Amino acid sequence: MTEEYYLELSENPVQFESASSVNNVFFDEANKQVFAVRSGGATGVVVKGPDDKCSVAFRMDDKGEVKCIKFSLGNKILAVQRTPKSVVLPDKRTLKLLKSQSINVNWYMYCPETTVLLLSTTVQGNVLQPFIFKNGTMSKMSKFEIELPMVPKPAKLSLSERDIAMATIYGQLYVMYLKHHSRTVNSPGAEVVLYHLPREGPCKKAHVLKLNTTGKFALNVVDNLVVVHHQSTQTSLIFDIKLREPDCAVNIHQPVLPARSIHPYRIPLTGPAVAPSQAPVPCELYSSTWSVFQPDIIISASEGYLWYLQVKLRPMLTLLPDKGKLMDFLLRRRDCKMVILSVCSQMLVGGDKGALPVVAVVFDKLNQVYKEYLEAEQAYTVAMESAPSRSSSAHKRPVRTQAVIDQSDMYTHVLSSFTEKKDVSHKFIIAVLMEYIRSLNQFQITVQHYLYELVIKTLVQHNLFYMLHQFLQYHVLSDSKPLACLLLSLESTYPPAHQLSLDMLKRLSTANDEIVEVLLSKQQVLGALRFVRSVGAHDNVSARKFLDAAQQTSDPMLFYTIFRFFEQRNLRLRGNPNFNPGEHCEEHVAYFKQTFGEQALMRPASV
Amino acid sequence: MLMISPRMASGTQEKQYNPSLLNFFIYNPKFGPREGEEEKKILFYHPSEVEKNEKIRNVGLCEAIVQFTRTFCPTKPAKSLHTQKNRQFFHEPEENFWMVMVVRNPMIEKPNKDGKPPTVEYQEEEILDSVYGAVLQQCYSMYKLFNGTFNRAMEAGGVELLTQKLEKFFYRYLQTLHLQTCDLLDVFGGISFFPLDKMTYLKIQSFVNRVEESLSLVKYTAFLYNDQLIWSGLEQEDMRILYKYLTTSLFPRHSEPELAGRDSPLRPEVTGNLLHYGRFLTGPTNLKDPDAKFRFPRIFVNTEDSYEELHLIVYKAMSAAVCFMISASVELGREFCEQLDGLVGPQLTLLASDICEQYNINRRLSGPEKEPQFKFIYFNHMNLAEKSTIHMRKTVSVSLTSVHPDLMKILGDINCDFARVDEDEEIIVKAMTDYWVVGKKSDQRELYVILNQKNANLIEVNEEVKRLCATQFNNIFFLD
Repeated sequence: MTEEYYLELSENPVQFESASSVNNVFFDEANKQVFAVRSGGATGVVVKGPDDKCSVAFRMDDKGEVKCIKFSLGNKILAVQRTPKSVVLPDKRTLKLLKSQSINVNWYMYCPETTVLLLSTTVQGNVLQPFIFKNGTMSKMSKFEIELPMVPKPAKLSLSERDIAMATIYGQLYVMYLKHHSRTVNSPGAEVVLYHLPREGPCKKAHVLKLNTTGKFALNVVDNLVVVHHQSTQTSLIFDIKLREPDCAVNIHQPVLPARSIHPYRIPLTGPAVAPSQAPVPCELYSSTWSVFQPDIIISASEGYLWYLQVKLRPMLTLLPDKGKLMDFLLRRRDCKMVILSVCSQMLVGGDKGALPVVAVVFDKLNQVYKEYLEAEQAYTVAMESAPSRSSSAHKRPVRTQAVIDQSDMYTHVLSSFTEKKDVSHKFIIAVLMEYIRSLNQFQITVQHYLYELVIKTLVQHNLFYMLHQFLQYHVLSDSKPLACLLLSLESTYPPAHQLSLDMLKRLSTANDEIVEVLLSKQQVLGALRFVRSVGAHDNVSARKFLDAAQQTSDPMLFYTIFRFFEQRNLRLRGNPNFNPGEHCEEHVAYFKQTFGEQALMRPASV
Repeated sequence: MLMISPRMASGTQEKQYNPSLLNFFIYNPKFGPREGEEEKKILFYHPSEVEKNEKIRNVGLCEAIVQFTRTFCPTKPAKSLHTQKNRQFFHEPEENFWMVMVVRNPMIEKPNKDGKPPTVEYQEEEILDSVYGAVLQQCYSMYKLFNGTFNRAMEAGGVELLTQKLEKFFYRYLQTLHLQTCDLLDVFGGISFFPLDKMTYLKIQSFVNRVEESLSLVKYTAFLYNDQLIWSGLEQEDMRILYKYLTTSLFPRHSEPELAGRDSPLRPEVTGNLLHYGRFLTGPTNLKDPDAKFRFPRIFVNTEDSYEELHLIVYKAMSAAVCFMISASVELGREFCEQLDGLVGPQLTLLASDICEQYNINRRLSGPEKEPQFKFIYFNHMNLAEKSTIHMRKTVSVSLTSVHPDLMKILGDINCDFARVDEDEEIIVKAMTDYWVVGKKSDQRELYVILNQKNANLIEVNEEVKRLCATQFNNIFFLD
């Protein structure tokens, strides 16, 4: 059943002293720090951050109840708020008013990642005015209105900050509005409405996430997924705004997966009273004491834990049966590589009927991403070569995400072991390999030699030489010297491989030496010489090599012809038919004399 | 090697008779070894009306010739017997089973003056052993494709069954033999491959694999376009004869509906909302017909080892034809055919238009100058690939050539010369009619070119052929 949970709490939570009558707990979203303030700070303030570097402990005087406490970035300045209208900076510092705006504000919300401040204005509170802080200046962005489920009469504050959150999803800032189900309107449940807040230009309602239920909700964003926690059912839903539903309008989304609880979490007992054998106690999930912060933080003040919410990809394999959709989903996740590769392995051994079209879809999706990366990489290389002097920041090297699954990944983790499988029909194995090659070709990706080798190996193993022959005939297996050599090695079991190999070498046009070697090894000495002549290399080849081969055929006429050819070459190049000592042809000259007599040797032309 | 071809016949009021089939018989000498039982040896005899004793005499003569020639070379008995009036071809496809074909030599009838009967001049040297020997072998291969081996028939139902099968098959088959148009291509028995780019080829692969996966009954698939082969799941030898059957018999018989207009009753209907042009060339002609028959021809493949009997389903959409072969032990009915039609029809229609489009693009890219101005025949023994710019499209009855039969004969002669030696060779012939004929053999490939250049000399002809090789065969290893 653990396969069912697709959300979990981080294994190494930030621990702090739980909230109590003497211990107040605060959370600073900007620094992700938890402040445990004991007795107003007199018996200590313990600050815990996401890592040990951010953790500090100090004391301060108890000057009354602390309402809020924060560090500036880098823990340089501490600010404490004890009354609604004053903030104390313990060191003597002065603040300067840089800019002022006069707006009636119901409440505010700040997003530290994007440095955007959101103000709720008007009586109903549903007109939001964003500001952006950049390089020490504050600029107003265009305001926008949140559509309320119903307009109250008389007008009153109807938009609570509890129902608004800001988060970056796929690099874009969104204002997420939890739109509760209204009884008057015939709607099946609550919705999360995403307003896209671009750097410039107006804010637009971009996506609607259908929750199909009502009640109390909380939002997180993890790995670009919107997670909606539902307290009464103690389950969560995830939404991917890039996943398009085929039968829905473009920007209306249903949950990717059925609702599931977060993976059960056990709190290890600590302290001197705990025996080592004592089992950790289960932690109450979706507790009412939980506070949820953006993007992925869940804090239980009563237990003294801060967790990061995480998405587990492996359970998706069983929960999302549509492999194409699953692949789309996985390719957008951060740690997706191994999961994607196991999806591939799994779909190949499943043995479902009609698996091939699915395999094709999956391969195409993988190669689409792979191709985009290759293109970006190539564009970068070209840009660097054409203008290397320009600052390197102008050309950003493309980031290779885990979603880039290349041929070697597929080969190592999926295909090579798949082709070894005894219980899979060779027909299917070959079909899958061809499908992968087809997909690579479709995206104009150069196929690596080891894939061809795998195809050939599989075909040879099952004696499917005629199939191999046809593939080569249509150049499905691209020409290369290694492939040609591999074919040559098959000649003894499949004689036509010889011709296929020679053709390939010929097409490569850089393998003339190899062609000569192949022909000589087959004792086709005359053929080799004719070939050398046809490519215009007959003045440079080694006479000895050809004479050796001719002598081995034990065909005196052939030897005579070859010998004569080189005598004529000598005459043409040097004006003398004799061989140079450097050519090491003495034994051949001797053999010629012995076979045909001394008088058969060509005479030097008398001048 | 330079040769001068024999003088071509040129008569005015002379009457020319083409070679024709005189007799065709099959016998097994073991079936009636005793005197008086000779008739039992004869399994098939064409024409059947020949008098019994004559049949026995002819069979006996063949038997004697074969026996006699065996004494010279036990492994290679006589293949043919030349006489003034006719030529006999012997073939032993299975042990002790002999097929004999007797062809009347072509002849010229010259009218005589003074009311005398015309003089008949037999042209005994005009027909080629290699061509008609190959035709005889093809007869067997075709029989075997649809009936299995002689021996299997004997095992299943004795002489009675075998003679029945032979009678049924050859009665019709012999009528389709057009001996006057047989030529070098019959010797090769090659396969014409459809030229295709890699990507489209891979799409076809993908299609074949998918269909074989969803219709797991399908054991083998072959894919053709424009009557040219693209993919064969069958082994080469089986494909060779199946290809022959498809291109010379089945396809020509079914070419009419494609040529028929949109409103023609022959045009297959578009079923449902799936717009497709798929239809069965074997089996049911119309799936909607409640009385449709779901019987497919059966073929026999891999007769050397696994000996498989298969249903042959040929399904076509536009110019793309696919053969699906399914074990004959499976009963095929309406349900299967509808499933196949629903699955294959739309995909194949799409694929066919893809191929057509891609083919046109490639043709445009390569430009018109690549269109051969040469008349040539190319054959590769290795993959049976055959290409001819001499032959017109084959029709049911004849394969038309665009050159004079005398030139075709020269090609056949050169081919015989090539067959005698293993070495690569080149033969250039100057024919009497200003034509040059060039034959080249390189490893397993043969190329025959006919050039019509009146005043060309040997060197120019050689250059011309080199140019042809450079444009048409630059991607294969073909020695100059």
